[in-house]
Amino acid sequence: MLVYAVKRLGLAAVIVSVAMALLFAMIYLIPGDPASVALGPRASDAMKEALRARMGLDQPVWTQFWNFYVNAWSGDLGEEVLSGRPVLAVVLEQLPFTLALVAGGISWSVALGIPLGCWAAVQRGGFADRIVGVFSVAVIAVPSFVVAIYALLIFAVTLRWLPAIGAGEPGNLGDQLVHLILPSLAVGIGWVGYIARMVRASMLEVLEASHIRTAHAFGLPERMIIYRYALPIAILPTITLLGVGIGQMLSSAVFAEIVFARPGIGKLVYDAILTRNFPVVTGAVLVTTILFVLLNLLADLIVGALDPRVRSNL
Amino acid sequence: MSAAISSFFADLASPRSGFRRGLARLVREPLGALGLSLVVLVIFGALFADILTQYDPTRIAPRERFASPGAAHLLGTDQLGRDLFSRILHGSRIALYVALVTTAISLAIGIVLGLLAGYGPRWLDNLLILLFDAVKSFPTVMLALALVTLFGPSLTAVMVVVVLVNVPGYARIIRTQTIALKSSEFVAAAQSMGASAARTLRAHILPNVVGPLMILASMDIPVVIAIEAGMSFLGLGVRPPTPSWGSILNDGFANIRETPWIAVAGGAPIIIVTLGFTFLGETLRDILDPRLKGRS
Repeated sequence: MLVYAVKRLGLAAVIVSVAMALLFAMIYLIPGDPASVALGPRASDAMKEALRARMGLDQPVWTQFWNFYVNAWSGDLGEEVLSGRPVLAVVLEQLPFTLALVAGGISWSVALGIPLGCWAAVQRGGFADRIVGVFSVAVIAVPSFVVAIYALLIFAVTLRWLPAIGAGEPGNLGDQLVHLILPSLAVGIGWVGYIARMVRASMLEVLEASHIRTAHAFGLPERMIIYRYALPIAILPTITLLGVGIGQMLSSAVFAEIVFARPGIGKLVYDAILTRNFPVVTGAVLVTTILFVLLNLLADLIVGALDPRVRSNL
Repeated sequence: MSAAISSFFADLASPRSGFRRGLARLVREPLGALGLSLVVLVIFGALFADILTQYDPTRIAPRERFASPGAAHLLGTDQLGRDLFSRILHGSRIALYVALVTTAISLAIGIVLGLLAGYGPRWLDNLLILLFDAVKSFPTVMLALALVTLFGPSLTAVMVVVVLVNVPGYARIIRTQTIALKSSEFVAAAQSMGASAARTLRAHILPNVVGPLMILASMDIPVVIAIEAGMSFLGLGVRPPTPSWGSILNDGFANIRETPWIAVAGGAPIIIVTLGFTFLGETLRDILDPRLKGRS
């Protein structure tokens, strides 16, 4: 297990390094000068030069690349253009809101997806199976921002059951949870479909296994066989899937945060784009990417710990 | 598997019998029939947008602003008095254009890189795989936001993002298939008869690897349309006044309390098109390759 963990960690570090190199290459190669982008069209040449010097853009490309790398690994992602605050602090300040949103999305998808998948597997080929199948495909297909807008329209604007904007009163957990319901539904609903399909598929496989047949032979109740003996095995591939899912949920979170006017990384990046606060954008992209890679790593390690067969495949 | 697929596509190409048979199988599945009709509906709307509505999608009519859906304006008008039905029909052109062009470009690049990785030297394979993994490690929307900031908002920037996001998946599937075929007997036979690497790839490997790729690409079309609509929704895609479903949805969002029909009208075509292509793709996949069934 330790060998696997170290190898997997090494792979994650390599992937993050390459992703950073790509990000740098994009910033560097794309026509247009970040300093003039940040300052806008009316800035004087002297102002641009000063900002270029402050951002280190006047140095040769390899030096810039090296500095970007070393600084990023040591946690220095540059400064905000206007206030001069460190980007990392700005990003980390918003991160908990986005993580709460993603956690809410996972809760929705697990709470609905696992029972639906089990139900479909047990009723294999029947009406329920077909309904769950179509429902899963449908929720996967529809983009989260459309779900967000429609949910806002139906539950907040028309029915007024749930709040439309904000993250809730700070310190008031109940209020914050209520504010989380709709945005996290928008973030998580697609994954209800993925998880239902995945659980169904692996459940069908597990139900063929001999220990399940033995359980049947012992006359255990169906519900107990499904939830106690089959599900814990059938759930494994879902954990890996959730690792990937978090990346997509981080994407959907951008829309949910904007539609429901919630604080968070997505809102931060969006506002930073509108105010041309360039270092914040790259910093936030880098942080979410690292977060995504780490969560994937975590998912793989959990599966590796639970299922020894996975470890030999790296 | 690939034999079945290539024969299906050959059938599609050969007129009459084969195409009809394929279509009949597709329509027999309720989901396939539904998907096909939704897609046909959208394509029909895009093709005949100028005939189906008398309004110019960019014509501003301040006196008719925020008109409710009715006889004069089927789906009502937006904050500038522009006819929403016309904007949605013309918006489908943008959506389909982006989907087709970016999918074609991603396929071309993905095939070349996949063949290179699968057939080329080991170090190149490792390097490309690492690059694919690195690109995939960016959350899509975050990558899109970063690129749009750098490029400036435009349809081209959105299309570059889509290509960048799609290529790794396509290249990977081609690579896996190429590696599997590389050691097969007919490839060895071609090589022993003196076929160059380029000829082996083009004439012997490529025809056998494109089938599964086509299925994957058809199922990616709704994802591509969603990215375009999403970026336009954020005001970072199509530039105004060009109609895009995403920008209509954004107009609706801005006025959601007073005039909810704009948001409904902007979201509906996105739902129709993504469901249509997904149902169609799923059914096609089940018909063409039953072994892939249930995997996503």
